[in-house]
Amino acid sequence: MRSARRSVVFEVVTRLVFHAVIIYSIYIMLVGHYEPGGGFAGGLIAGLALMVRYLVGGRKELDAAAPVDAGLVLGLGLAVAALAGLLPTLLGGGVLQSAIIDIPLGPLGELHLVTSVFFDIGVYLVVIGLALDVLRSLGGGIDQHVADEDEAVGV
Amino acid sequence: MSVDLALIIAIGVLVACGTTLVLERSLTRILVGFVLLGNGVNLFFIVASGPPGAAPIVGASDERMADPLPQAMALTAIVITLGVTAFGLALAYRTWQLEGHDDVQDDVEDALVIRRAERDDTSASFDEVDESLPEEEGADLPAVDDEVTRENDEDHESPDDGDPR
Amino acid sequence: MNHLASQLVLVPVILPLLGAGLCLAFGRSARAQRIISIVTLSIVVVAAGALLWRADQFGPQAVNVGGWPAELGISLVADRLSALLLVVSTVVTLSVLLYSFGQGIVEFGRDTPLSVFHPTFLVLSAGVSAAFLSADLFNLFVGFEILLAASYVLITLGGTEARVRAGTIYVIVSLISSVLFLISIAAVYAATGTVNLAALPERIAALPEPLQLVLQLMLLLTFSIKAAVFPLSAWLPDSYPTAPAPVTAVFAGLLTKVGIYAIIRVQTTVFPDQPLRTLLLCAAILTMVVGILGAVAQSDIKRLLSFTLVSHIGYMLFGIALATEAGYAGAIFYVVHHITVQTALFLVAGLIEYRTGTTQLDRLGGLARAAPVLAVLFFVPAMNLAGIPPFSGFLGKLALIQAGTESGDWLAYSGVGAGLAVSLLTLYAVAKAWNRAFWQPRDEHVDDDVPSTGALHPGQNTVTEDKVLRLPRGMALPTLALVAFSVALTVAAGPLIGVSQRAADELVERTPYIDAVLGDVP
Repeated sequence: MRSARRSVVFEVVTRLVFHAVIIYSIYIMLVGHYEPGGGFAGGLIAGLALMVRYLVGGRKELDAAAPVDAGLVLGLGLAVAALAGLLPTLLGGGVLQSAIIDIPLGPLGELHLVTSVFFDIGVYLVVIGLALDVLRSLGGGIDQHVADEDEAVGV
Repeated sequence: MSVDLALIIAIGVLVACGTTLVLERSLTRILVGFVLLGNGVNLFFIVASGPPGAAPIVGASDERMADPLPQAMALTAIVITLGVTAFGLALAYRTWQLEGHDDVQDDVEDALVIRRAERDDTSASFDEVDESLPEEEGADLPAVDDEVTRENDEDHESPDDGDPR
Repeated sequence: MNHLASQLVLVPVILPLLGAGLCLAFGRSARAQRIISIVTLSIVVVAAGALLWRADQFGPQAVNVGGWPAELGISLVADRLSALLLVVSTVVTLSVLLYSFGQGIVEFGRDTPLSVFHPTFLVLSAGVSAAFLSADLFNLFVGFEILLAASYVLITLGGTEARVRAGTIYVIVSLISSVLFLISIAAVYAATGTVNLAALPERIAALPEPLQLVLQLMLLLTFSIKAAVFPLSAWLPDSYPTAPAPVTAVFAGLLTKVGIYAIIRVQTTVFPDQPLRTLLLCAAILTMVVGILGAVAQSDIKRLLSFTLVSHIGYMLFGIALATEAGYAGAIFYVVHHITVQTALFLVAGLIEYRTGTTQLDRLGGLARAAPVLAVLFFVPAMNLAGIPPFSGFLGKLALIQAGTESGDWLAYSGVGAGLAVSLLTLYAVAKAWNRAFWQPRDEHVDDDVPSTGALHPGQNTVTEDKVLRLPRGMALPTLALVAFSVALTVAAGPLIGVSQRAADELVERTPYIDAVLGDVP
């Protein structure tokens, strides 16, 4: 990005906040069974974090923040969510039925696992994939077109 | 069931503005109109859920709970609107990229049918008279037709070829 | 085993979504995508067949997702009508998928992944299944949105100017119908407190009559846009023909029929007491007549077929409007027949376009000699569409006409008359296409005034004798299979009419469906 368009404060704050936001989004996703939150809300928060990265540094910064193909994330998310729906059926329950499993973790206490979290993980990935795709095609893609044109004109 | 008047007025305004914008030619405005319409409908779902109440979590409070079903529907509708709007924006951008504007175009074939009607021409699929058969009355005169075609083409070409690139 | 069989209803909805996810994840490998799509859709076809058998033997099959009771949660139900349409739609989807492989391989080479096409196509299939199976209005809406969102992507595939223009119109019309649908759902919920199709009839009946009428008209309006019923049909011939051939084929075959299915479901289950007979009969007659007049005037095969599609929606609506058991049975049979035949015809149109570079009738000619196989492939479904005995089109029309004459009032008779006239005009329209494209020698001096409507091969706009392309097997065989399937519908017309009859029975009776949804299902 050209230096004239950079904002140092914005960049530094983004660097400081980005990881915290991503962690927070994962927390929101995991806590969804008992408190407000869930895959969709978490995914949106992570998507916002990515969007801030894009606003700071354009498409290169976005690629650095999420060096994956948007389709891959979307696809994995969709597959995980669908599997989370199907697997309980194969195990003899109803579709999307969730089980509650307490896994003892020794000195760390006990992990209270509700299987609906796998569905949430799928949704989380789908939303991030969507956000990435939108940012790439409507943000970065358009920047690319503009840059190509500028080059063609000779600016 | 008593209804919140403020919500009803808000719905009215949103839907009215949305409808006006959807009637525009520019795709971007249509999309904004669609978003307004979508929000109006979401508010309508809130109205449909009846009077407010406590959070719909069993055992969280002893008060009457709010009806969670319309909230779930409104949420779903919001998500769908989000996705469709993103697609619409991409479509608008692509139209702008191709044609230099994002106006919704008339149909090509409709324009063709109108042109043919102006020319009083037969449809292209009309079976022409076989040469070996005796001529029927009112068969086309090709020479005149061609001239008219050219004139009409010039009339119609300028608005279609607005691609600046 | 019994447990799994009872969960069969889920397969046509969830499995394609799983497949779509995997396809997206394996976007880099064309071969993986093909294998995933074929395996997914094949399993879905088998599941749909098993579902039809179970629904026919044991009554409607219902599943409540996540174990929530029907009025709160999502329930999926397959009665005979849903299962029958599901079977036909999945068979058609599978053959179109195979056709698109052929086309993709021919056009882009064996290793280029069409990374968006396969996942979107699978999502479309999931959406169609969800719409057929869902037991409440809101999930019907979600099903519609899933299939519409996928269809937006498919109709603008490649983003050429013609497709973006056509896609824009399609997207806007669909958006408006979606908003209308949402408003009707909210209104229904506000009035009754439920959107469950099985719980609604009782509560709707308790409402004052004008309110009932408003709700019914709003829902019918929404579905009529989606089904392209006459005053609301103008968008269809504008938007369908420019898409790639397999896409147009699957849209023409399935999407409007989902609208028809929704009309049947709402009319029979939710509003059984007020069929709005006069209104629907008039709409049906107008749809038939106006559609076919449009088809007669067209000079492009794809557009001609799009107009016949609108016109034949009128037949199905006619059967629904009669609101008798025979009418519903006729309409159901006709839907099954029309899905197959219309898709087959659009696939053939795609073959013609591939072969010659155009579907403009005045640029085509002499194909009967140059491509005899193509000629047969076109002729059979075309005659089937026109309703020439002994094809299933004839049987479907006969069933509808019998249902109409049984009704015995003047409006039903005029519907019968319109049906006969439209059948003749359809014959005229397809015969004209046949004459121009296949029998006559090609007209050498064509008007260059005619704009090309999104031809796939811009380079080869003319047919010359020395540049004869062979039909690629990958495209021809699926078309052949679909044509054979449509002929098989004629051969198996007896059992099929039996199923349609029983499905109509069940619709009129209503209690099996309601019991299945509201009953205690695990």
